[in-house]
Amino acid sequence: MTDHGDKVRLDREHLLHLMREMMRIRRFEERCVELYSGTKIRGFLHLYIGEEANAVGVMQALNPKDAVITTYREHGHALARGIAARPLMAEMYGKIEGTSRGRGGSMHVFDKATRFYGGNAIVAGGLPLAVGIALADKMRGERNVTACFFGDGATAEGVFHESLNLAALWKLPVMFVCENNRYAMGTAIERAESQIDLVRHAESYAIRAEAVDGMDVVAVEIAARRAASLVRETGEPYFLENRTYRFRAHSMYDPELYRTKAEVEEWKKRDPIPFLEAWMHNTGTLHSDDLPRLEAAIAAEIDDAVAFAEAGHWEPVEDLCRDVMTPPDMRKKEAAA
Amino acid sequence: MTATTYREAVRTAHREALQRDSRVFLMGEDVGQYGGSYACTKGLLEEFGAERIRDTPLSEAGFVGAGIGAALAGMRPIVEIMTVNFSLLALDQIVNNAATIRHMSGGQFSIPLVIRMATGAGRQVAAQHSHSLECWYAHVPGIRVVAPATLADARGMLWTALEDPDPVVIFEHATLYSLEGELPDDARSVDIDRAAVLRPGHDVTLIAYSANVQKAMEAAQQLAAEKIDAEVIDLRSLRPLDDATIMASVRKTRRAVVVDEGWRSGSLAAEISARIMEQAFYDLDAPVGRVCSEEVPIPYPKHLEDAAVPQPEKIAAAVRALFGDHG
Repeated sequence: MTDHGDKVRLDREHLLHLMREMMRIRRFEERCVELYSGTKIRGFLHLYIGEEANAVGVMQALNPKDAVITTYREHGHALARGIAARPLMAEMYGKIEGTSRGRGGSMHVFDKATRFYGGNAIVAGGLPLAVGIALADKMRGERNVTACFFGDGATAEGVFHESLNLAALWKLPVMFVCENNRYAMGTAIERAESQIDLVRHAESYAIRAEAVDGMDVVAVEIAARRAASLVRETGEPYFLENRTYRFRAHSMYDPELYRTKAEVEEWKKRDPIPFLEAWMHNTGTLHSDDLPRLEAAIAAEIDDAVAFAEAGHWEPVEDLCRDVMTPPDMRKKEAAA
Repeated sequence: MTATTYREAVRTAHREALQRDSRVFLMGEDVGQYGGSYACTKGLLEEFGAERIRDTPLSEAGFVGAGIGAALAGMRPIVEIMTVNFSLLALDQIVNNAATIRHMSGGQFSIPLVIRMATGAGRQVAAQHSHSLECWYAHVPGIRVVAPATLADARGMLWTALEDPDPVVIFEHATLYSLEGELPDDARSVDIDRAAVLRPGHDVTLIAYSANVQKAMEAAQQLAAEKIDAEVIDLRSLRPLDDATIMASVRKTRRAVVVDEGWRSGSLAAEISARIMEQAFYDLDAPVGRVCSEEVPIPYPKHLEDAAVPQPEKIAAAVRALFGDHG
């Protein structure tokens, strides 16, 4: 979040920021895989590896007052939105110090301070919430953008269409960001969708839309700034289809029977991190010690986050049923708020 | 006191809420220009404008989800789902989002959302428009469920529900809208926690909610002629259940019949009956009786529909059975 305008700065400082953010997500998740093997993290773990350019590029276009809502594959969005690695890792562990006191885990990261309305683990479940958040902002006269992330699988759900229609009909400031990684869990988009040009779904609801290379962080940032700026100016929705790919399995349980290794290897040639590295190298904006320096700082940040999570606390079982309903002593206060 | 109807009480409650709090707005199918499919919201569009009285497309998951999102972001939405039957299209949003987000966010986000919907049978509109699925919602931790059976509650529960920081689902039985009665001119909000003893009695406790409270009252009248003095409890809140009021009554009367328009299997009546067994078993003189809907989709012909749902005669017969009359 280095600039709030719609111009992209392509100076060295900003490019290094983009690089750093993508590397943080990559290394954070790689550590999560190790911790999963070590049984520190359990349940579902959906990795974003390969898709980092999308969260990082889009977040550059948002202001602190904008809202974000996303899916169960949201570690990247959380980090890129500014949620610290410490509480995020503690949430992965299920500790009280986690973003959601450990109650949500990997799929349900929430953070009120950054208006991060959660990882939603029902496909397309977050879309109507984005419509409502944007409606609230609009009714209060606040010119905020709600960035709503979801995958290509969501476009097959009825509520995807209901949400696009409502956002267009009521002219609500939602930036829909479809991260099309070509697979709805194990079902290739061609096997699930009669219309695989997802931009046309948005256009059918009279929503301005464009497709962008989701493996190119600068391209994503440029498109997202244009989109966010239009949403802010017009108060109307915009739809981005970010064409991307996940390098890892759907979750830790996925044997990947539905795609070939050759396909995955082909996409890995377009890995967004080496892609940016090469681009910076060619434009002379990358110094020889930049990457080792970034790697060291990120490793230290993640080590620190792991130590924080390790030292964290388990919720006492006596508190099992807290945060189901608002406790009586908080009810009056919240009513008055 | 002013003569009024349940429908008018619902409308007055909306007007008051919209006047009192600028964060309150209403959305749903045909709530605006049409005036509400049960005419509960007639005139509100003209008075409060299209920003606050929002007609929605037929997108139950979409607009219920939008209500949850708006509540998350600090508004106080009232979402009207035309009937419980259509709420099944929004069940995912209610159960997976409204009921879980406070918990999943570690208490960071609460959802001050009110969802109203009509429920129940009795108007010859056949199976897909006659469900009584209150117990599905009452099953779910994270939401409150209330069922106003009286004019005072139709008038008073909405504001209390809006003040509640958590999601509240209000069930209005479709046969109640034309219920006539009187309300004090200064009628205001009421609690949504406690059951109410509508008719005190000594011999048996009739436990009912929504439109079946009236049927239980009629049954009590019939039984009075037979020297059986029935106490009638209006549950009012279906989640949480007011165990204290139920048990105090059952310990006094030593007999209970639960009346529930839901199907018997897995019903609220089953839950209440189990709670009485757990908490007041040794005070009982007879097994807990239940009068529920028959296990059939609600049929269209009047005589079959009447036979499918609880009726005062059936309730009275269930009471007599507790006294050894199995006639």
